[in-house]
Amino acid sequence: MSASQYLFAGTALVMAVLIVALLGRLIAGPTIPDRLVALDTVNTLVSGIMLLLGAVYDAVVMVDVAIVYMALSFVSTLYFARYLEGGV
Amino acid sequence: MFAFVMSFFVYLLLSWSGSISIQEVTIALLVAVAVVSVASGSSRPGFWSLRGLDPRRWWLFLRYVCGPFAVGLTLANWDVAKRVITGEINPGIVKFNPRLKTDMGRMMLANSITLTPGTLTVDIDDDGVFYVHAINLTSLAPTEQDICGTFGQWTRRITG
Amino acid sequence: MILGFFVGLLLLVSLFFNCLGVVSLYRFPDVYTRLHGATKCSTFGTLFVVFGLLLYSFARFMGEGELRFLVLFIHVVVGGIVLLISNPTGAHALARAAHRSGILPEPSAIDVLEEAEKRKREAAA
Repeated sequence: MSASQYLFAGTALVMAVLIVALLGRLIAGPTIPDRLVALDTVNTLVSGIMLLLGAVYDAVVMVDVAIVYMALSFVSTLYFARYLEGGV
Repeated sequence: MFAFVMSFFVYLLLSWSGSISIQEVTIALLVAVAVVSVASGSSRPGFWSLRGLDPRRWWLFLRYVCGPFAVGLTLANWDVAKRVITGEINPGIVKFNPRLKTDMGRMMLANSITLTPGTLTVDIDDDGVFYVHAINLTSLAPTEQDICGTFGQWTRRITG
Repeated sequence: MILGFFVGLLLLVSLFFNCLGVVSLYRFPDVYTRLHGATKCSTFGTLFVVFGLLLYSFARFMGEGELRFLVLFIHVVVGGIVLLISNPTGAHALARAAHRSGILPEPSAIDVLEEAEKRKREAAA
């Protein structure tokens, strides 16, 4: 592995720690939208981690998975929002 | 037409690895047809127009993204970073009407507003009035210039 | 080595903004202000991850001429575009859902949307 790949792996690790830090808001959030905001941020961070791991393991497939994950998490966010509005 | 061409090229872009075969192009065409037939709005009159493929619009869009949008994005994050650290906020929801007709234009402006300094689009009603949550209000009845700077003019030029 | 330096710089910026996004979720008082912090900072932070990957794959492709780095470059570009479109749209949907489910901005100087909806309800009643 080259130096940059070690940097990518380290960044992915710190982002995983950030996700753990977010769990407090995900559990405690006084209202449901608060929790959804935290969940949305978790999704963004997870897709960032997937992009990074794609470079770390030299596997482009992981980047594809990240793209699909972004699209699916976007759809799930829209669906939760629609549910909150009372449209489902 | 825009959705068809975009899904065709994105499929080719993602499946390209060195060379391109006739099978790939056929599958891309099939996928594009499937996407368009599933997409909502394919029965609407404007769906098959070529407006979205005009190279002049794309050139304007590219200039917008690389120029004012990139600057706005950077300033926005600097601004939010300062507010996270100092905790100075004065939030409120205000409205303005950018007079945009197309859905694409409204989406572009709403996303630009969300990603730029101190503002977040909350709702757009049927007349195209934007309700914007501002994190630090300077006046109770702001103009378009106060909320999104030149973005309104740019969006009208790109999608108008 | 010099590539590692620039990539590290971009990744540091991304970590800084992602951290701010997390801090803003705990520090701001209500849903809307939290959305401000979380959406802007996490989009910008992840965008810098994308920039770092673009620089890395471009430099490796130029240096070694292996096609898989060009493929990585293209896929990361598509990923960045998807991120830039889907993230603010999701935030907008969440803000609208929060407002329609009756959660009002807590410290708030003015709320034009609530006034408009009140007028609409009174007209319907």
